[in-house]
Amino acid sequence: MAAQPRSRRETWRILFLVSPSLVWLVVFFLIPLILVFAISFGQRGTYGGVKWVLNLGSYTRFFDPLYLRIFGRTLYIAGATTLICLLTGYPLAYFIATRPPQWRNPLLLLLMIPFWTNFLVRTYAWILILRDQGLINTFWTGSLHAGLQQLSSLVPLPIWEPLLRGTAHPLALFGTDLAIIVGLVYGWLPDMVLPCYAAIERFDFSLVEAAQDLYANRLKSFLRVILPLTMPGIAAGSVLVFIPSLGAYITPDLLGGAKTTMIGNVIYSQFMAARDYPFGSAISFVLMAVMLVGTLIYFRMGTK
Amino acid sequence: MSEYAVELKEVSKHFGPVVAVDDVSLSIRDGEFFSLLGPSGCGKTTTLRLIAGFELPTEGDVYIDGHLQGETPPYRRPVNTVFQSYALFPHMTVFQNVAFGLEMQKVAKEEIRQRVLEALEMVQLPGMENRKPAQLSGGQQQRIALARALVNRPKVLLLDEPLGALDLKLRKAMQLELKALQHRVGITFIYVTHDQEEALTMSDRIAVMNRGRVLQTGTPEEIYEQPADRFVADFIGETNFLEGQVEEMRAGEVEVVVDGVLTLYVPTPPQSLPSGGERGGVTVAILPEKISLHAAPPDQRAVPGLVQEVVYTGTDTRYLVQLTEKTMVTVRQQNIGIGATMVFAVGAKVYLHWQPGYARLLPM
Repeated sequence: MAAQPRSRRETWRILFLVSPSLVWLVVFFLIPLILVFAISFGQRGTYGGVKWVLNLGSYTRFFDPLYLRIFGRTLYIAGATTLICLLTGYPLAYFIATRPPQWRNPLLLLLMIPFWTNFLVRTYAWILILRDQGLINTFWTGSLHAGLQQLSSLVPLPIWEPLLRGTAHPLALFGTDLAIIVGLVYGWLPDMVLPCYAAIERFDFSLVEAAQDLYANRLKSFLRVILPLTMPGIAAGSVLVFIPSLGAYITPDLLGGAKTTMIGNVIYSQFMAARDYPFGSAISFVLMAVMLVGTLIYFRMGTK
Repeated sequence: MSEYAVELKEVSKHFGPVVAVDDVSLSIRDGEFFSLLGPSGCGKTTTLRLIAGFELPTEGDVYIDGHLQGETPPYRRPVNTVFQSYALFPHMTVFQNVAFGLEMQKVAKEEIRQRVLEALEMVQLPGMENRKPAQLSGGQQQRIALARALVNRPKVLLLDEPLGALDLKLRKAMQLELKALQHRVGITFIYVTHDQEEALTMSDRIAVMNRGRVLQTGTPEEIYEQPADRFVADFIGETNFLEGQVEEMRAGEVEVVVDGVLTLYVPTPPQSLPSGGERGGVTVAILPEKISLHAAPPDQRAVPGLVQEVVYTGTDTRYLVQLTEKTMVTVRQQNIGIGATMVFAVGAKVYLHWQPGYARLLPM
């Protein structure tokens, strides 16, 4: 019992040290979150606002096929973004982590430099690349089409016909799911590369020699030794890409055009355009639940 | 089956401007315990890695069991390695670690199980199958690394300072155990070490390396008793080196004068006199334990000296004896028993004596 006063003092000291961040989180995160949670069980007032009538209407409304489809698309876009980030980011991280030490930090810096530009500006740049009069389509309907025309006049063959027809009109890039995925991959790639890099950089490559010494070829060494031991980096990177992609708002707003929306845009429109706070709040909480599941899976992978 | 388990023919390995292995030729017999001995950076580990296939020679050829290896990758060579860091797979259990090589060779599941358990039995760690490497002590990890390699029944086992991380007592025990194990399994062991005592204790033959070159290959006795040059003599034991001039050559004997005052008689066939030749500078090497100390000269060739330092080390007493103004030698006398050997005090005048064959002439 003699130790108790001291341990209590210890507790106060710790509380004192964490109090700034604790106060910050309670005031600006926990209280608003509780508010949003409470609102999600309310009802939309006739002129906006919230009528405090406890009901689950907003949650049941979410299961309308319209919203489920948008939610499904959101999962698909976030999933595809994560997968593409992984398939491109991991090899890049592997490359950087296996360079001589003096090259690694400069290479990581090169990776980061584009991200010193404002996110909005970078997303606008993708509009200029992807739109109908954009960089890709100018080439597609311009130089490529003209070149094919010349070729077809020089060497008249039937194969030119479909190619000419194809290049006559711009490719539908802007405003598609693909455009959003491209924008998200571009935006979140470093978040995949950095944790993967950290894991690979820490990896002991003498284990690969051990595997090869034990008759494992390069592929087997990768699958059985490198991959499982760098899995924490893959899991961290995937969470860091998947979760913000799931809640993405600016990228689909700008690159998705009017045709394709993600759940983040729906939440936005519920709060701003429709002024249906309860429904917007309910969707936010469903989204959070999904993210929570994703994070739990991550911790499972991490502790294995 | 080839007479030699491993042959290196004029093998060199360059890393940029650095020559790690320089024109090394070795023939390692089947079933032999062969050590590569040398200081760190002498090229012994690189030589081992050339055999394993982790490095490819810049020049020369590596043969394993009579087959030219060329650019054969490590996973197709009939050798296994025990790494200095053990390199156990931390995410696998002991069983999975030991089974890895057999699994890669697509051995049947039941046979894998049987052989893994046998291998764990062999390294005296049965019942550890389900532990992770992190749960084992250094000595246990070392045994698992050994089991993981031996379970594959390789043609040749390569060991890269496998006992380096163990404490002295465990290391001594493992030395004997490894030697006994090698005898039992009959696999050729190629053992890299910088510890000359370890090499002498365990090996059938030793190659002493320095600066990428093999200086001498021979049995422990040959290396120890008849070192080829000063480096080998210095590395293998605390040899005394006496530098002097050849004064006179007789049949089978040369007279060497040290510091102008001390005459030593070294039995040497004249044709084997090192270059520098007659009246040139030479080094005479004598091992400390080959010298005996006497209070009175036992014959005319005994060398007088003054005891400068006496160190009792348990089994031995070591004397530092001044011969001339510039030359000192170390003498080691076994402490056979009370009264059996004379004990000399600091400042005592003594006479040093050795059997003629124990003084050896080395090139400078």
